[in-house]
Amino acid sequence: MDKLKKFASDCYLALIVLFMYAPIATLMVLSFNSGRSRAKWSGFTTDWYLEMWADETIMAALRNTVIIAFLSALIATVLGTIAAIGINNMKSWSRNTIMSITNIPMLNADIVTGISLMLCFIAFRISLGFHTILIAHITFNLPYVILSVMPKVRQSSKDTYEAALDLGATPTQAFFKVVLPELMPGVTSGFMLAFTMSLDDFIITHFTRGAGIDTISTLVYSQVRKGISPTMYALSTVIFITVFVILIMGNYAPEWLEKKKGKAK
Amino acid sequence: MNNKASRYLAGPYVVWIVGFIVIPLLTILYYGFTSDTNAFTLSNLMEIRRWENYRPLYRALLLSAGSTIVCFLIAFPLAMILRENKFSRGSFIVFIFILPMWMNSLLRILAWQTLLERKGVINGILTTLHLPEQHLINTTAAVMIGMVYDFLPFMILPLYNALMKIDDNTINAAYDLGASFWQTLTKIILPLSVPGIVSGVTMVFVPALTTFAISNMLGGGKIYLIGNVIEQEFMQDSDWHQGSGLSLVLMIFVIVSMLIVNHFDDHKDSERGGIM
Repeated sequence: MDKLKKFASDCYLALIVLFMYAPIATLMVLSFNSGRSRAKWSGFTTDWYLEMWADETIMAALRNTVIIAFLSALIATVLGTIAAIGINNMKSWSRNTIMSITNIPMLNADIVTGISLMLCFIAFRISLGFHTILIAHITFNLPYVILSVMPKVRQSSKDTYEAALDLGATPTQAFFKVVLPELMPGVTSGFMLAFTMSLDDFIITHFTRGAGIDTISTLVYSQVRKGISPTMYALSTVIFITVFVILIMGNYAPEWLEKKKGKAK
Repeated sequence: MNNKASRYLAGPYVVWIVGFIVIPLLTILYYGFTSDTNAFTLSNLMEIRRWENYRPLYRALLLSAGSTIVCFLIAFPLAMILRENKFSRGSFIVFIFILPMWMNSLLRILAWQTLLERKGVINGILTTLHLPEQHLINTTAAVMIGMVYDFLPFMILPLYNALMKIDDNTINAAYDLGASFWQTLTKIILPLSVPGIVSGVTMVFVPALTTFAISNMLGGGKIYLIGNVIEQEFMQDSDWHQGSGLSLVLMIFVIVSMLIVNHFDDHKDSERGGIM
């Protein structure tokens, strides 16, 4: 009976893995298919990868996506971390007000956030482009940073900071040598969260981008109407594998290094 | 730097959220409640009563509720199995089920489009097997598959987190006291996983209710959802007043549904899913 149960649950896990990964695997296989048909295998090729590499639109979209994700995560992390310290020292009503506003982009539907930002940009005659996408991304990244850093700020004690000052550190020194290291786990996870949120965003980018600039998401969306070229499959494959490798490294490399160190001893 | 002074550290942030959260919301409220002549009106909100706006909202509600239920029905047994096998948060198997969360969702929808298209992979396989081609793309079912596929990891993770928090002893105690599996499930496990269910449901229902990309890519403009209506008002018709009015209506639906879902959660302080 137990064996049967184990078998059934293994089958269930396998079925869901299949559901989750078969579509992705299909794209990967098609990226090496020399024909344009989705139904027929007409031979192995890497041409689509070369074509993708040479395609300026795709490369520009890729660059934009990464640059926006990195900059928006960085700015949101700096702004959010400093803010979290300040908010923590506020009186409770102002703290609560600010935290409620902070939560709005997380609770609100992306489509409303995107549209409200777009209306605001246009109403104040800010032309849409790279900078408006960046502002929008920083805005929806900030809550994630604040919510990651806030618990660490609450846990950290003020005494260490004051001890540092008593021992002759300047406030800047005390901040970088005492306060920040204590907050660091929250800061890094906030940054990572913000970075991935930004990489993946479509809806808010769609409304705040304006013509002439694309990220990967908006590019894929615009291709749907024109008919998808196999270069998109090549691009998907590259992106999926990159994400997979980065996440594996992020999740397992620290552990693995730890073990290696342990063995060396 | 004393406590009072350190409050001012939040200054730049306050300026930012006023500029890019509060003012944009006021802008959309302004457009939603005014007409072309800038006079106050409720007609933009009342637009929802027209058939071509009301239908897509109704359809979106049905599809998002449906896909939330399907996600739950798939994810709950999965989370139970992961728990029973004691797969920890860091284990590779758990990682596999959460990984798609980090992959560009439009590319994942693109994958389904490739599978379901008229000349797509599934029909290709059917033809090779000499079976009749099926009409798969541009159907309600296709859109729903897309929703389930896109948002499933967001249901799995909070459910898994909630189930892993339940102490084995609590469950064993129930069995020792003579409870059946079914009783243990409904009286112990489900009530204790409510915080996870609540965040899973919100993380699936809200994006599914408001999507326009999935319905456009897999519904081919035939399965019109409220998100598509709003997107068109802004990107094609450029009727900002009407678009804002409908966005506000959608916002009300989002808020009300979240209030209803949160009502089931007594532990208000529980962390929201813990995305990472």
